[in-house]
Amino acid sequence: MAISILVLAEQLRGGISDITYEMLGAGRAIAQALGVPLEAVLLGSGASQLASSLGAADKVFVADNPGLDLAAPEAVAEVVKTLIDKTGAGIVLVGCTNVSLGIGSILAARSQMPLVNFCRAIKVDGGALICTSQLFGGKILSDVKLADGRGIIGVYPGAFPLEQGRSPRTPPTEAIDVPVQPSKVRFKQYIKPETGDVDITKQNVLVAVGRGIQTQDNVQLAEELAQALGGAVCASRPVIDQGWLPLTRQVGKSGMTVKPRVYLAFGISGAPEHWEGMQNSQCIIAVNTDPKAPIFDGAHYGAVTDAVELLPVLTEKVKMRKG
Amino acid sequence: MDPVKINLGGMPGIVCLWTLTVLAFGVFGWRVSRLIKLIRQGRYEDRFDNPGRRLLHALKHVLLQPRIFNERAIGLPHFLIFWGFVIYATCFNWNLLRGLFPFIPIPYPEELRIVGLFLELFSVLVLISLVVAAGRRMFFPPPHLHLSFDANVILVLIGLLMLSTLFGSAFRVVAEGGHGSAWAPFGTVLSKAFASVPPESARRFAIGIWWLHMALVLAFLVYLPYSKHLHLLASPFNVFFSQAATRPVGDLTVPGAKEDMSAGASRWQELTWKQLLGGFACAECGRCDRACPATASGHPLQPQQIIQKVKEHALRCGLSGSDDAAPKLVGEVIKEDEIWACTTCMACMSRCAVWNEQIPLIVALRRHLVSQGQVEKNIQDMLGNLQRYGNSFGKSDRMRAKWTQGLPFKVKDARKEPVDIVWFTGDYAAFDPRMIEITQATAKLFSLAGVDLGILYEAERNSGNDVRRVGEEGLFEMLRDKNLDAFSKVKWKSGARIIVTTDPHSYNTLKNEYAFPGGGVVVRHYTELFDELIRSGKLKLNRRLSGKVTYHDPCYLGRYNGVYEPPRSVLAALGLELVEMPRSRDKSYCCGAGGGRIWMEDGPNIKERPAENRIREAISLDEVKTFVVACPKDIAMFRDAVKTAGAEGRIEVKDIAELVAEAMNVEDRKPV
Amino acid sequence: MNIFVVLKMVPDTVEELNVSQDGKSLDSEFLRFKLNDPDEHALEQALILKEKCGGKVTVIALDAPEVDDVLYTALAKGADRAVKIPVSQACLGTKATAKVLSDFFSSGREAVTLDTLVLAGSYAIDDLEGELAPMLAVHLGLPYLGVVSNVAASGPGLVVQKEFAGGLRGEFEVELPAVLGIQSAEKPPRYVPVAKVRAVMKSAKIEELEIPSPTDAVCLDVQRTYKPEAGGRAEIFEGSPEEIADKIVDALAKSGVI
Ligand SMILES: Cc1cc2nc3c(=O)[nH]c(=O)nc-3n(C[C@H](O)[C@H](O)[C@H](O)COP(=O)(O)OP(=O)(O)OC[C@H]3O[C@@H](n4cnc5c(N)ncnc54)[C@H](O)[C@@H]3O)c2cc1C
Ligand code: SF4
Ligand code: SF4
Repeated sequence: MAISILVLAEQLRGGISDITYEMLGAGRAIAQALGVPLEAVLLGSGASQLASSLGAADKVFVADNPGLDLAAPEAVAEVVKTLIDKTGAGIVLVGCTNVSLGIGSILAARSQMPLVNFCRAIKVDGGALICTSQLFGGKILSDVKLADGRGIIGVYPGAFPLEQGRSPRTPPTEAIDVPVQPSKVRFKQYIKPETGDVDITKQNVLVAVGRGIQTQDNVQLAEELAQALGGAVCASRPVIDQGWLPLTRQVGKSGMTVKPRVYLAFGISGAPEHWEGMQNSQCIIAVNTDPKAPIFDGAHYGAVTDAVELLPVLTEKVKMRKG
Repeated sequence: MDPVKINLGGMPGIVCLWTLTVLAFGVFGWRVSRLIKLIRQGRYEDRFDNPGRRLLHALKHVLLQPRIFNERAIGLPHFLIFWGFVIYATCFNWNLLRGLFPFIPIPYPEELRIVGLFLELFSVLVLISLVVAAGRRMFFPPPHLHLSFDANVILVLIGLLMLSTLFGSAFRVVAEGGHGSAWAPFGTVLSKAFASVPPESARRFAIGIWWLHMALVLAFLVYLPYSKHLHLLASPFNVFFSQAATRPVGDLTVPGAKEDMSAGASRWQELTWKQLLGGFACAECGRCDRACPATASGHPLQPQQIIQKVKEHALRCGLSGSDDAAPKLVGEVIKEDEIWACTTCMACMSRCAVWNEQIPLIVALRRHLVSQGQVEKNIQDMLGNLQRYGNSFGKSDRMRAKWTQGLPFKVKDARKEPVDIVWFTGDYAAFDPRMIEITQATAKLFSLAGVDLGILYEAERNSGNDVRRVGEEGLFEMLRDKNLDAFSKVKWKSGARIIVTTDPHSYNTLKNEYAFPGGGVVVRHYTELFDELIRSGKLKLNRRLSGKVTYHDPCYLGRYNGVYEPPRSVLAALGLELVEMPRSRDKSYCCGAGGGRIWMEDGPNIKERPAENRIREAISLDEVKTFVVACPKDIAMFRDAVKTAGAEGRIEVKDIAELVAEAMNVEDRKPV
Repeated sequence: MNIFVVLKMVPDTVEELNVSQDGKSLDSEFLRFKLNDPDEHALEQALILKEKCGGKVTVIALDAPEVDDVLYTALAKGADRAVKIPVSQACLGTKATAKVLSDFFSSGREAVTLDTLVLAGSYAIDDLEGELAPMLAVHLGLPYLGVVSNVAASGPGLVVQKEFAGGLRGEFEVELPAVLGIQSAEKPPRYVPVAKVRAVMKSAKIEELEIPSPTDAVCLDVQRTYKPEAGGRAEIFEGSPEEIADKIVDALAKSGVI
């Protein structure tokens, strides 16, 4: 039986990553069902200050140690392991993000706790947890039982809503003192994306425009939405041909292949050559005036309406929701 | 009056003539032998099959030059210049023989009245041609004509020769008393101008002109193998050895190869001797450049440059004997962009009057790039898909027959049930969502006509036509072998093994490159089959359509395989009025998809995609609302081009099968 | 450098994936296997490293359908040796696979030396139990870094780049010997023509090295394996632009991007 649930909070460049709130939200639900406290651990410089934003946790352990900034996965796993030993935490949530991937596996190999990777849903069933993992590029789901409520869960980014993990409350913190061993993997510096054009293959959100956008000026409307969402604008080939956007923004057979979390397609018909480049997006939302446009056959959500009219309204609503 | 029986600076004329001749022929022979040695350093390729057919082919295309007339402005002048050259060459040799061997009991050619007349007439015609040609160069220079040194030299030289003929004749008339004769009409007219010249001086002038004439020709002989006019000498051989003389041009197999050709050519010695010969045969006429869709749309490729660059590179390396200092053939002399731009549309090769073969050359260079893994990401992905799944769509091979699911009947599996005809659908017809309905309509039509056919289901692989032209020879062989294996399992009902395909690219490869074991396989395009079914009454059209349409000849059906009529007669049978585009049949303009181009990026410098250019050509036709195609890739290419050319609402792209289906009202009738 | 690349075969998701009778695993009947994508990049990165600073590349794989093709292809691309461990990978979880591979290094035939670098894909699409590379690193007692997209030799060690998000990367120093999980090579994996692979099949050999099969294959209690509900046609939002915008914002929130 889990004595507590521990979330490995993630920070990058002095900010808490979204996955942290997603995990806190998911963790809160399990903690409630099991009747155990939810705890978080935050490492690295500035951790004491940043901890205040993790109010969804009942307690936050902080190791405010610059030696742990982007530390090697083993070093992080070591800290978490020490903490598990100390608190008796039974369930550990780790993000399956680029920053944290691997930590869960090392922990599992070290601690003999089972790991369930790529988890996108968690259910409590008596004292046990049923974790739903997304495998084979989302084509297959597996329900895995963590029988005695013990295990490490690798949480798939984007699977749990952020809101449940946020709280205005300031959580109690406890500084932990961990000796940091000299590591064989050392962080040197950040490398910013090249100052050329944005790389649309690396975006979480893409706002794509097709011929239905009609004019170059309207592309600006999409640009505004992309900015509000923290993503980038891309396009179908005719828009690129017009010279309204550079070639680096073309999606499709003769352009880029993208797999963002959300692909918003405005005025794109969904020709096979375009579809090829974006079909593996996690969520496709299409806006088109033609209810018979092929893009609706494969998109997850759709709206039959004028994209040019919808764009500014949507941008406003997104800004409102983000606060 | 024997021109060699004079003294030239104390030397007997005959000795001078011998000295000049030996010198000129010596230099000429030395240079030519070096060039032959150079060409022979290329890889071996068997172009010696069927010499009879080769000879006929060469005679036709060297003597009559039908391809020259493809471009009207220069057709006749070139033809006349050529024949003038032949006649003059003959007379020159005659003169030379007579001069060198005075004991031969024949007169000089000019002394024969009929020959003299002929020469005069020709000189005048050629002079007129020259004036036309020179005028064109001076006042209306076509953008493609570069006024090269070589070109001007030859014009001046020919002019001098012609003038010398006429003036020679004129002085002879004067020398013979100035009466003239109907056999020397121009000489007679011209002689009036020199009437005051005493006969003896006129005789000397005539002899002087004879010498001038001989010296000019001998000088030309020396100059010839150093200039582009080498094509005079090399092109007859080039035509004789051309692939088209004995084999379909749609077959990229190199017969008789002694080396492994699949890794292509990175050095000039790795090209075949025939590919090296082509450079010397090239007349630099630019016909190929003018036909090339890649050139026209702004790609860096110019087919003439490919030929020329290979020649210059081979000369540079081969004659100076060092390859090391020279730039690399692939990548430096010929850039990768050039090599990849070709759509293998055959426009260049089918225009070239010396029958040069650009496509096999470009493919040899591509093969080298592929062997080095230097292929752009998109093609890599496609090749990977083709290797693994046998189709370029990256779909599971089990999905190949998924399109049959919407049919009210089951399509036979030709590997399990006996059939008359196997339908090789090709990738686009089977996988492209835009094509599914058309493919289904085609199936219904075949079924209505009672055609007993089956498909190969998941065993069909991409035919490998594009793969081969991309330069991935090993993959082509793999795909071919898998298809041949599938075909070998087919239970044919009768001895006539017929394969029908909807895809012209597959058509070409199945027909020309598969070499079905045991032979006896007939490959048909669906338009051919439709034509036959309609003619024989098996496909009874229920209504006549009306209206004007235009038809796009797919490169691989038309230029490659000469299928022009069947689709046209199907359209006529449907009741449609066909309005031809200015570029039709063998002059059809490529859609830009062939040779793997459909998988490649266009690059930033493209002015206008070939397909857009073609759609613009079609919408300039009066009242034509339908653009008929007979190739699944064309549906993808042209439907897109209609959008990008802003021609929506003005023209609609339709597959010929859709039109036949309309005339059948297929939807309303149960298949038999 | 002594580079080992661990290649893992995974089910090809282009083919229809079906769940077997027991409802817990994949139906193996129609499965086809292909090389895990990131592993392909790991191989490419190894070859690039070898080209730049010399060394030897050995590819290792457990037995699986079509694995021979993959190993020959690796040799054709420029790997020096290919080793197949005749333990079927089919039902092994990550933990067991990591164990087999660590046994490989302690088998006596192969040893981790001071200049050993082990590369593997950063993750695989069937990594239910965790990723292979970090687990292998624990077994071998070597340092590990994952999601790496660029590796360069620098002195006795390496300088590598790790991807974060939105194009942001971090530069790390890694001491050898080490294990790296490769996300993408600095260049897309090279193409190797079919003819070359065929030639290698004739001339080269795949070495085999016996390793005892692990006893506990999968350690997780999988209750049920199933396909997500078919996507089908889009769910269409109706209403005024305001109403539609609200619904889209909800969908965006559900996807976790706002
Ligand atoms: C070899 C080849 C390669 C290609 N490669 C690519 C590629 O890499 N990428 C690519 O994108 N394409 C590619 N194409 C082109 C592709 O075939 C399509 O033509 C193209 O994707 C269509 O772009 P679109 O959807 O923007 O335009 P359209 O197909 O014209 O669609 C416009 C859509 O906007 C809708 N619309 C109109 N007005 C509005 C409005 N006010 N509000 C909302 N909707 C509206 C219309 O209903 C229509 O569905 C390629 C084509 C070929 C032949
Ligand atoms: S085949 Fe066509 S595209 Fe290629 S060089 Fe010749 S004319 Fe140009
Ligand atoms: S290759 Fe043929 S068509 Fe092209 S320039 Fe030379 S002679 Fe003319």
